[in-house]
Amino acid sequence: MSEAEAKDAAPQEEDRDERIREISPLRKALIRPELGSICGVILVFVFFLMIAGDSGMFSPEGIVNWTVVSAQFAIIAVGACLLMIAGEFDLSVGSMIGFSGIVIALMSVTYGFPMWVAIIVAFMIAMSIGWLNGFLVIRTGLPSFIVTLAFLYILRGLTIFLAIFTTNKTIIGGVRDAAEGDWLAAIFGGKIFKGLFVWLADLGLIGKFVAGNRAGEPVVDGIPMLIVWAIVLIIFGHVLLTRTRFGNWIFAAGGDAQAARYTGVPVNRVKIMMFMFTAFCATVFATCQVIEFGSAAADRGVLKEFEAIISVVIGGALLTGGYGSVVGAALGALIFGVVQQGLFFAGVESSLFRVFLGVILLLAVILNTYIRRSITGER
Amino acid sequence: MKKLLRGLVAGVFAAGSIFAMATTASAEGERIVLISHAPDSDSWWNTIKNGLAMAGEHVGAEVEYRNPATGDIADMARIIEQTAASNPHGIITTLADPDVLSGPISNAVAKGIPVIIINSGTPEQAADVGALMYIGQPEYDAGLAAGQRAKRDGIGSFLCVNHVVSNPVVGERCRGFADGLGVELGDSMIDSGQDPAEIKNRVKAFLSANPDTEAVLTLGPTSADPTIEALKENGMAGNIYFGTFDLGTEIVKGIKDGTIQWGIDQQPFLQAYLPVVVLANYNRFGVLPGNNINSGPGFVTKDALAKVEEFAGEYR
Repeated sequence: MSEAEAKDAAPQEEDRDERIREISPLRKALIRPELGSICGVILVFVFFLMIAGDSGMFSPEGIVNWTVVSAQFAIIAVGACLLMIAGEFDLSVGSMIGFSGIVIALMSVTYGFPMWVAIIVAFMIAMSIGWLNGFLVIRTGLPSFIVTLAFLYILRGLTIFLAIFTTNKTIIGGVRDAAEGDWLAAIFGGKIFKGLFVWLADLGLIGKFVAGNRAGEPVVDGIPMLIVWAIVLIIFGHVLLTRTRFGNWIFAAGGDAQAARYTGVPVNRVKIMMFMFTAFCATVFATCQVIEFGSAAADRGVLKEFEAIISVVIGGALLTGGYGSVVGAALGALIFGVVQQGLFFAGVESSLFRVFLGVILLLAVILNTYIRRSITGER
Repeated sequence: MKKLLRGLVAGVFAAGSIFAMATTASAEGERIVLISHAPDSDSWWNTIKNGLAMAGEHVGAEVEYRNPATGDIADMARIIEQTAASNPHGIITTLADPDVLSGPISNAVAKGIPVIIINSGTPEQAADVGALMYIGQPEYDAGLAAGQRAKRDGIGSFLCVNHVVSNPVVGERCRGFADGLGVELGDSMIDSGQDPAEIKNRVKAFLSANPDTEAVLTLGPTSADPTIEALKENGMAGNIYFGTFDLGTEIVKGIKDGTIQWGIDQQPFLQAYLPVVVLANYNRFGVLPGNNINSGPGFVTKDALAKVEEFAGEYR
């Protein structure tokens, strides 16, 4: 990419030595894929501070609310981002969320396995389906769009069938009791820094419950593990992509798979592993959700695959693969979460709010593409 | 390109400020938020919206309607948390899945926000989360009443067309109906999906595979309308016993021409209207009815259809 861009830039600056490519620090910053999403984050926060500043959106519980939603998007966006950079899509993410959740609830509640066994088995099943997705894409040469679209339906159907066949219901409750005291469940469903929040509440910095059995407890009582997972996955994804040889392979596999093969990159393995990682992320999402809410339902995660892809695209990744960043995807998830929740706080009529959301998303993507094109000279 | 961009930016901010104006226009009175579990595509909830808006006008309160776009109950839990964070004067919500929703709802109650449960859930569950009251139609009981009525009419087997198989509360209607008839639910309940053509064909397929089915039960306009079509096409309209939950234009027509024996009206208008009135008066004067309110079941038959017909889909 950088070679082509040097050539494009050359004609305007003919008096310079064409062998030396000078990139100003400003330009260097501008060609990063995150730029558009950083602008987007600033824009979105200014916007909501203006129209919803006093609505409770920026109270401690309001902040936790949109942070949790953004963290949810981020968890699946990290997987989708790496897979998209590797040149493939996964449309089965949403169905995978519902499926993994039901597997966990079925194993732990209906069949009485310990929660940690249920969680590990769910991860193993999900990742083998991720492997199968990748294997089919590689083997058949079909677009991943088609293969994973098939799994969108296969998994959703299986989820509903499994739930009804075994329990005659589509929502399986009682997970909270089954997860009580389980070491692995605590990693997905607990909260950290509880003491800090009690202290903050005692100082009067955050509100307390005034009635009921929780009277006197702070309204925000810790950082949910969901947010911790999102941060860990973002850091992991970012380091993997930018600091390791495997990261280069991901870019190479998505940029030009054939050229990458000639230089010895195991493209097939990279792609299959990214499909497995996407399934892993979907299962993290599902596990956190199941533990937090205490039940699994067959209709969980509908349309989440698109929300993941949207976050990644806002974050500056190319739909065609080979270009993008995990930090960008995380910022995309933040924008998505803040906009989605912020419009509620702003009191926007709910049927109109998706129109508004769509316009903002479109704007973000156009802005991104425009900035990138004008800077890199790419068409 | 630049022009397009500038236009888009201007458009977004203009749209935003219009929304902001629209919502602050009626800043007088309490702010009451109704949260449902219904996906955007569910037309039945339009009556709820109409009832909510009318109640807001009548008592001079500012009302808002919120729902998870895809009907995902976990998303709904976030909406409740968020609504609580915005400190409204009252929350009206359904209790579609107590495992998921009871936490956020009882937190809202603990913050000192009065909450009323409508539509889904039971009076006991409403009390458990600390709600002021439950307003709605107990689903199983409504199904049971319908089943007992069908039994008196000599019915012994049935097909239940379930278009929301993912919501167990709605499925309770089929279970109640089967128990009312005194038969096993077994394979009588089919997952029809939401698409009208699919529903129609599945009903036809089931009835030709099980020709001795004596009755059809649909769970709302989404499944009732295509079922009417199916029965007209296979010639069973008027011959097979047909009952349905909820009302709508096509259902009213069906009751009128004899295709449908009865519709069960849970009166969604009341489920939205009454809690606003209750919450407004509770906020202003501290008065509160001493009990839960059953908005249904009411059987709607051929007699006394005029009012129903006039307002079907709007206030009925």
